[in-house]
Amino acid sequence: MRGFIMICAVLLTAGILPAQHEYTPGDVQDGQRLFAASCAICHGPEGDAVPGVDLGHGKFKRASSDGELIPIIEKGIPGTAMPPNNFNDFQAGTIVAYLRSMAASIAVSASIPGDAARGKAIFEGKGNCLNCHRVQGRGSRMGPELTDIGALRRAVQLEQSILDPDAEILPQNRFLRVVTKDGNTVTGRLLNQDAWTIELFDSKERLVTFQKTGVKEYAFIDKSSMPSYKGKLSTQELADLVSYLSSLKGIEAK
Amino acid sequence: MTARKILLVTCLFSTLAWSQVSFDRIVHADKEPQNWLTYSGTMLSQRHSSLTQITPENVKNLQLQWVYQARSLEKFEATPLVVDGILYTVQAPNDVIALDAATGRVYWTYSYSPAAESRPCCGRVNRGLAILGDTLFMGTIDAHLIAIDAKNGKPLWNTTVAKAESGYALTHAPLVVKDKVIVGTAGGEYGIRGFIAAYDVTTGKEAWRFYTVAAPGEPGGDSWKNDAWKTGGGSVWVTGSYDPALNLTYWGIGNPGPDWNGDPRPGDNLYTDSVVALDPDTGKLKWYYQFSPHDEFDYDSVQVPVLADMPWPDKNGRTTQRKLMFWANRNGLFYALDRTSGEFLMGKPFVEVNWMNGFDEKGRPMRVPGKTPSKEGTLIYPGNQGGTNWYSPSFSPRTGLFYIPSWVNYSSIYVKTEQEYVEGRTYGSGVPRSPIPFGRNAQNFRKEDEGYGAVRAVDAKTGEKKWEFKMNDVTEAGILTTDSDLLFSGGREGYFFALDDRTGAPLWKAAVGGTVASGPMTYSVGGRQFVAVAAGSSLFTFALPQ
Repeated sequence: MRGFIMICAVLLTAGILPAQHEYTPGDVQDGQRLFAASCAICHGPEGDAVPGVDLGHGKFKRASSDGELIPIIEKGIPGTAMPPNNFNDFQAGTIVAYLRSMAASIAVSASIPGDAARGKAIFEGKGNCLNCHRVQGRGSRMGPELTDIGALRRAVQLEQSILDPDAEILPQNRFLRVVTKDGNTVTGRLLNQDAWTIELFDSKERLVTFQKTGVKEYAFIDKSSMPSYKGKLSTQELADLVSYLSSLKGIEAK
Repeated sequence: MTARKILLVTCLFSTLAWSQVSFDRIVHADKEPQNWLTYSGTMLSQRHSSLTQITPENVKNLQLQWVYQARSLEKFEATPLVVDGILYTVQAPNDVIALDAATGRVYWTYSYSPAAESRPCCGRVNRGLAILGDTLFMGTIDAHLIAIDAKNGKPLWNTTVAKAESGYALTHAPLVVKDKVIVGTAGGEYGIRGFIAAYDVTTGKEAWRFYTVAAPGEPGGDSWKNDAWKTGGGSVWVTGSYDPALNLTYWGIGNPGPDWNGDPRPGDNLYTDSVVALDPDTGKLKWYYQFSPHDEFDYDSVQVPVLADMPWPDKNGRTTQRKLMFWANRNGLFYALDRTSGEFLMGKPFVEVNWMNGFDEKGRPMRVPGKTPSKEGTLIYPGNQGGTNWYSPSFSPRTGLFYIPSWVNYSSIYVKTEQEYVEGRTYGSGVPRSPIPFGRNAQNFRKEDEGYGAVRAVDAKTGEKKWEFKMNDVTEAGILTTDSDLLFSGGREGYFFALDDRTGAPLWKAAVGGTVASGPMTYSVGGRQFVAVAAGSSLFTFALPQ
């Protein structure tokens, strides 16, 4: 057997997968990305937007085991709004991994109804969130763009990022500190890298490339540059803020 | 002599010179480094060229000469052949192209449409051709072997090697030995019973067949229990080598089936994950060495057997010239074997390995207890793609170094399941999962401790690492070295690059914009050296300015 992608092709039959897998954090992250890109538009980021279905809590109409879910993800359900998807078994398996991970966590703020309008006011006012984040063309580009964050991340994940930003830094949000041979230190979000170059989005919002031959040293910054809002927001404010972020589903075609 | 006679003689001579790729020429391919007559360059499979026009000093001046853009989005894995200025390659899955090796202009294209039943596990790919006389040979993904007229691209014969609908496929470049063309069957994920077979170059008639999974009553048959041998895998999908003095051809054999659960197939499962030495005239087994007995990690031993003659100490410590075989295995270990007898001489990890922790006196690896696929998942180094894989290594007789496309600090979590065999369907009984995100662009943000790709150079005599060239992403690229101490390779990052083969220092690179999943090669036309590599869906050639 060959490429990693090819592993997937090995799993062409539904019966191969056991009823419930053990999954790795890598699977969950891969699955989350695929879920956000392909599933959340109908099922919602919480997986509960389709009546009678709650993907994050094992509530399905036609499947119960992982092995039953995978062909449904791939082939869709004829006669319903569930379309076929161009996933192989490995990719579909990572989506199942993500769905199985969802039930394990519930947002604290979920216990209180949030108000998105109030949350927006906190986001733009007290929270100073626009200093680092950008929503629909407003704010800084240094931190993750949040215009569609409600389509990508669950409420529980948003809440965790607000209260404990260091708990999970997604690979695409990693920051790098680069020290050039001529003595400049540049910090920025890592956009790309290879054996020869480093591509950063730097603190002046520039897209910059460093040739590694001109770099003295570079290292990942393990701590998030985002401050924790733990103790700085009331539970209600937190619920409002999460509610606002969850409402951000991206731009709409006009 | 009249002008007419001179013309006739000239025509005859040029035709002969062009057409007659005799077996003697292939055996002595090192004597004509302007050509590339077999998959790995020569029968020794060192992927090392004696061309020296391009040097560490001038390599920085290399310029793109021409590009052949395949009309295929499959991975371009073929290594071209070059014969006296004509370059032959394969556009995936199975179109043969003849081009002018200096200009890239196409002479002819032979298009073959594989049967709809073909189901290669891992891409509709092809790794190249073989040639003898005027005839090219190609294996197809629907398990046919086709002979093609090298002058006009017309098929000469078409032999069905195996049943595509059962999961058999041919993906590697065939190997010509004397009057036979040898191929092996891919399909190790489909519960095939793999084999290597030889066909008459003129008629396409099967001359012999060697099953890579031993049946009851055959030598090695007792390494299987029950009926597991019937679905035992043992695929072959990378070209073997040939030693004319010993008259032995060497082939690496793939994983046993099912891949990730060894329970249905107790025993060593011969000859999976082995190298076999066969008599090319009869297909009889001379010797074998099994790298990974009772494999549960998909550690196909489908690597190119690299042959070299070097001084080597014997059991008494006396150093004599030995006929050796070097092998960087998917299981993470670098080996030296005596290719006359198959005697195990050395095995050393070249990347992180945790499934074994040493060898017994016969060279059998000692498994680490508990390091086996489980229902909960077991972390194993190297991971499913291996410390290396089918990507061609290189050996330079000048440096004594063996160069390995390596996946460093790479692991998988092996989960085993139970599965019934159904003909023509995948038969893996498990899944290797990744501890780190493996999705699109994930490698761009990867930390070093999350694994990386590298060209690693090891001393062939000791297995000790001499240097490495790190890439951020992993690599599927083969390696070429030359007598001017240059090393060419690439990777998934989309570069084709040259290193100093003694130090690993980078000397030149070209951004080719797509994964290099092929082995670079070199040739010359009119005294001008070219270096060629397939990347993305295109074949790129470079040379020094004229």
